[in-house]
Amino acid sequence: MTQFVWVAVLLPLLGAIANGWLAFRRPNAKGLVSAIGVGVLLVAFVVAVGVFLEVRHRAEAVTVLLWHWMPVTQRLSIDLAFRVDRLSTVLLLVITGVGGLIHLFSVGYMKSDAGYARYFAYLNLFIACMLILVLGASLPVSFIGWEGVGLCSYLLIGFWFEIDANSDAGKKAFIANRIGDFGVLMAMFLLWTNLGTLDFAEIAQRAPAVIPAGSTLAVGITLLIFLGCTGKSAQIPLFVWLPDAMAGPTPVSALIHAATMVTAGVFLVVRTGVLFALAPVTLEVVALIGALTAFFAATIGLRQYDIKKVLAYSTISQLGYMFLGVGTGAFATGIFHLVTHAFFKALLFLGAGSVIHAMHHAYHHVHAHDDAQDMRNMGGLRAVMPWTFTLMLIATLAIAGVPPFAGFFSKDEILAAAFARGATNPVYLVAWGLGVAAALMTAYYMARLMAMTFLGKFRGGAGAEPHLHEAPWIMTGPLVVLGVLSVIGGAINLPAFLGEGSAEGLDRWLEPVTAPAQALMPALVMPHGGTEVMLLGGAIVVALLGLTLGLRVTMASPIPLPGQAAPEHGLWLLLNRKYYIDELYAAVIIRPVHWLSRRVLWQIIDAFLVDRMAVGGTARIATSLGWLGSRVQNGQIAFYVVMFAAGAVLILRTLLR
Amino acid sequence: MFLGPSLALSAVLFALGVVGVLIQRNAIVVFMCVELMLNAVNLTFVALSQLHGISGQIMVFFVMTVAAAEAAVGLAIILAIFRHTKSVDLTQINLLKG
Repeated sequence: MTQFVWVAVLLPLLGAIANGWLAFRRPNAKGLVSAIGVGVLLVAFVVAVGVFLEVRHRAEAVTVLLWHWMPVTQRLSIDLAFRVDRLSTVLLLVITGVGGLIHLFSVGYMKSDAGYARYFAYLNLFIACMLILVLGASLPVSFIGWEGVGLCSYLLIGFWFEIDANSDAGKKAFIANRIGDFGVLMAMFLLWTNLGTLDFAEIAQRAPAVIPAGSTLAVGITLLIFLGCTGKSAQIPLFVWLPDAMAGPTPVSALIHAATMVTAGVFLVVRTGVLFALAPVTLEVVALIGALTAFFAATIGLRQYDIKKVLAYSTISQLGYMFLGVGTGAFATGIFHLVTHAFFKALLFLGAGSVIHAMHHAYHHVHAHDDAQDMRNMGGLRAVMPWTFTLMLIATLAIAGVPPFAGFFSKDEILAAAFARGATNPVYLVAWGLGVAAALMTAYYMARLMAMTFLGKFRGGAGAEPHLHEAPWIMTGPLVVLGVLSVIGGAINLPAFLGEGSAEGLDRWLEPVTAPAQALMPALVMPHGGTEVMLLGGAIVVALLGLTLGLRVTMASPIPLPGQAAPEHGLWLLLNRKYYIDELYAAVIIRPVHWLSRRVLWQIIDAFLVDRMAVGGTARIATSLGWLGSRVQNGQIAFYVVMFAAGAVLILRTLLR
Repeated sequence: MFLGPSLALSAVLFALGVVGVLIQRNAIVVFMCVELMLNAVNLTFVALSQLHGISGQIMVFFVMTVAAAEAAVGLAIILAIFRHTKSVDLTQINLLKG
């Protein structure tokens, strides 16, 4: 099956082409579109499971060579090859599994959308690109996928491009990602000139010998790679695009902007783990940026009213945890949180989609134009949407870190790793502190979200209330599967004190992938015994405290409708306005760039220097020379004859000499 | 026989023709000066034929033939210009200039 892993890439690609064709020719053939769109994912998932069953007992990686892509010289020869190892298999399963469920959900969610076929074409293309990203055996191949998912993200954020704000959000995402991609490209150039290879396996092999540990080169390369990760995975300072990306359809937010694409940065760090292991400084930066992102995004999430915005900041925050995890050098924990997060965050987004779907339909019935995503318009939905409520509650408990749900184990392992590193390096202790604070806030804002959405009384108007309804089974079905995964997902990597479990856990399973990097780093002694129990107990207390606080504070006072709230002030306003980061970027970067482009690049360099001087100047020189020449032709025949005679005399002189 | 004087006369006639073309404003006179230059050349041909054989004299016939044709065309052009501008002053005929 491993040799046929390309089928999992090719099929979604063909699905994208077929659906793209249908979007033009048969936009109403929705049955066919769904069959293709979901069908290819199903086959891809079967392939992924087949690959998993083989890889399960095989430690070494297998390279599937498709063709020689760029056989430029003996030294520079890049193959289009896939690398099937345990890391890519984990991602393969998550992408095709969670992706397939989200495809299925989309069938219900997008049912009445005019761009149905176009939507599935983009979605299939995204899956194909994402699989290329995780399967790529070398940086250039992964980079195809890396760029491809960026493109799909752009297309899907701006899916409803008739509204300016949506296409602007798409552009913002694309440009923020471009800045990061610049870093990855630079890192590739540096790797090529210093190592002479871009193949992941060869990089891991040659790097320790060629690049001295802790050297500027190692730090430079890894920081450039990490710059790419901050773009793709929405970390400080490039996280600003992700909240705006919520302009896309909600299943897209679940698939691309929560479960898969945004975790690509974490994946890339693990893939190039050997390089990061050679640069301890970068690892500190990664951990600190991750922790800071987790903390600040969580604070912003405390004070958002749009249900998807809360989840968006929550995603940024959780991605911060993943980077904190890989920043400690415990790569497997980062991947572990990636997997569990894919389960419960996809569930949360799809649940939010289900809520928005219901709100939207109810408003549509009564011809109201209120915001179907504003939690201040919701409330009391528990009664009408019991399935969605129960499943979102599971996801909330999972993300808040309540045992035995999935998020508890993964988040706790990250914090434990940071705490362990903190014993020798205070940077990690700071990161651990930020992580714990973020965990408290995570529990708080999730409880607030649940309370505002599902508890109390419906605030969206009495007219709309009777039209609220639970989503159809095609939407709740995937939710149930994700709910089960959110409950049991933690079991793939149980902590040591629970005994047997950890022997077969994800940490151990990923060892063949992470071992070369681990060998270059000081061993991470995970806390055990009393310390571990204390950390776990602390985490549970923090989670429960956050949940209780969130519930109490939200339910304590009546929630005003969007237009009727008293103006916010002080810290709350600062949080509600997201620390004015967008405004800051606009003032510090965007406006100067605009000014530079308009004043200098356009008006001075282009309009004046290029157009007037270079182009116009050439024309003027030709005109003046022509004018000089034309003075000879004055129309006087006598003058011509004098010239002719003089010429004849001159020629005669030379001939007769 | 008379080679030197003949060539000298031919040079004088040619120079007269050139000067006439250069300084005269009347198209007819300029035309006549051109004919003068042609005939100066004819004289050279004839004079030199005593050294180089009959071919110079034959060439003279060709020149005379061409000169006759040229006279017909040239006079027709001058006539056409005169009909158009009521003048044969060459300084006035200067439409073709840069």
